[in-house]
Amino acid sequence: MDLDVQRIRQDFPNLHVNVHGKPIVYFDNAATTFKPRSVAQAMDEYYQKYTSNVHRGVHELSEKATAAYEGTRGKVQKFLNARASQEIIFTRGTTESINLIAYSYGRHFLKKGDEILISEMEHHSNIVPWQMLCEEKGCVLKVIPFNDNGELVYSEFEKLLTAKTKLLSIVYISNSLGTVNPVKKMIRAAHGRGALVLVDAAQAVGHRRVDVQDLGCDFLAFSGHKLFGPTGVGVLYGKAELLNKMPPFHGGGDMISSVTFEKTTYAALPYKFEAGTPAVAEVIGLGAAIDYVLSVGFGRIEAHEQSLLEYGTRVLQKVPGLKLIGTAKEKVAVLSFILPGVHPHDIGTLVNDEGIAIRTGHHCTQPVMKHFGVPATSRASLSFYNTTAEIDRLVAALLKVREVFP
Amino acid sequence: MTHDSRSELYQQVIIEHNKSPKNFRKISSPTHEAEGYNPLCGDHLHIYLHVQEPGGVIDDVSFEGDGCAISKASASLMTTSLKGKTLKEADILFDQFHRLIKGELHPDKDPNVLGKLSVFSGIWHFPARVKCASLSWHTMKGAIEKAPKIISTE
Repeated sequence: MDLDVQRIRQDFPNLHVNVHGKPIVYFDNAATTFKPRSVAQAMDEYYQKYTSNVHRGVHELSEKATAAYEGTRGKVQKFLNARASQEIIFTRGTTESINLIAYSYGRHFLKKGDEILISEMEHHSNIVPWQMLCEEKGCVLKVIPFNDNGELVYSEFEKLLTAKTKLLSIVYISNSLGTVNPVKKMIRAAHGRGALVLVDAAQAVGHRRVDVQDLGCDFLAFSGHKLFGPTGVGVLYGKAELLNKMPPFHGGGDMISSVTFEKTTYAALPYKFEAGTPAVAEVIGLGAAIDYVLSVGFGRIEAHEQSLLEYGTRVLQKVPGLKLIGTAKEKVAVLSFILPGVHPHDIGTLVNDEGIAIRTGHHCTQPVMKHFGVPATSRASLSFYNTTAEIDRLVAALLKVREVFP
Repeated sequence: MTHDSRSELYQQVIIEHNKSPKNFRKISSPTHEAEGYNPLCGDHLHIYLHVQEPGGVIDDVSFEGDGCAISKASASLMTTSLKGKTLKEADILFDQFHRLIKGELHPDKDPNVLGKLSVFSGIWHFPARVKCASLSWHTMKGAIEKAPKIISTE
């Protein structure tokens, strides 16, 4: 059965606000997604009916909050098909998850001369932590290039992957190009060389089913707010045997087993990596978001989004001079483009007049901009609640931009 | 927000200066120059000045670089309004322009010498774009003050 988009849209109050007197067209889903009503309701209920800290008290509310908090861990485990719920660590988001690996795994297990492999299309959050680590430990950062369609050059990856490679940290889906990388195949190749693999799944989890056992990755990171959940919460998945041998990232409450001034022993997984009071409401909200997205179903989500991508790719060509940036064969509904003679920020401001939210800038992927020789692009990133009629409005707005900047 | 932003922001004079910027060139032997950069959007420009001493008169001013229509038009209009002014007058213009784009100076009510620069009066409705208009001015000030580093909006 096809996705009933009009019914789905009723679940998202944000889709019904007006901008400049026009119904909003929200095409900035790669930055953050709108939230279904059930997410805010779940958080509201925690704040109004059982506010309390988790893992602390024996009182009723704390028990309830702990059950809801840990309930989400179970949902994430199922969502990612992880072997055990202790392999799910709550963080503040993808960035913190990647930094956790760089600090805890990287600083403990990597040494001078070891190579870390990333790609040219990484988000800055999957570049900078590794540069910091390389500077500190004397590791070497290697970069897999992509071609002008925005697809990784697989033969270059195979060349760069050597016995020196200790870690491959790779984006599943590019936020600025929409490219879906062949991560499963890459993971197998990396494992063949004895390297571990971290997958940045920030842009993947809202668009397709992500199965960590099927992929075989060692670590995987994502953010709640790109999965229709709240900001401030994210997930790090890690294989238990790896997480167990890694030292804690932050020290504090909740991550200890016992503390004396002479010696502290750390808590078992996952608490070893969750120092301090966590984002309880946000974790509960994330649980509601996962329930929601699963109720819609990834089969239907993917089918609808692919039809939007196909339609958008076609009708954007009506805009004279428009050039798409990122035309990989395997991609999600991310339409990055440039209009010669018009700076993306001017495009962004002008389409905003028409009630359309797109992102303009370098999208935290400056190396991607450099590859294409542009300072910035305009990006329409779609989700399953978007429609072809909204794409038509974008095209009409861009034709107006062309009138202002002939 | 119900204002008609296009008529406010993308007025013809801005479109024209973006398309055919004035003083878009390098001065061969500038007495002052500086580089300005907005890391959030990549706008990047150079400002060159030639100041005649004594008297401190700006007898030539120019710019080069790349950016959005707002930043290019702002740089272009800045050069046309600074030419022939003393450094002291440039300082007054800088101050008035700054208050204009923050919405603190209303060109119709408040005394000012902004002239054509008042086309930017609506920009304070667009907080994300204010820096586009101010980049060239901060870079000019940095040049005059011989700032040692690249002038950044951040």
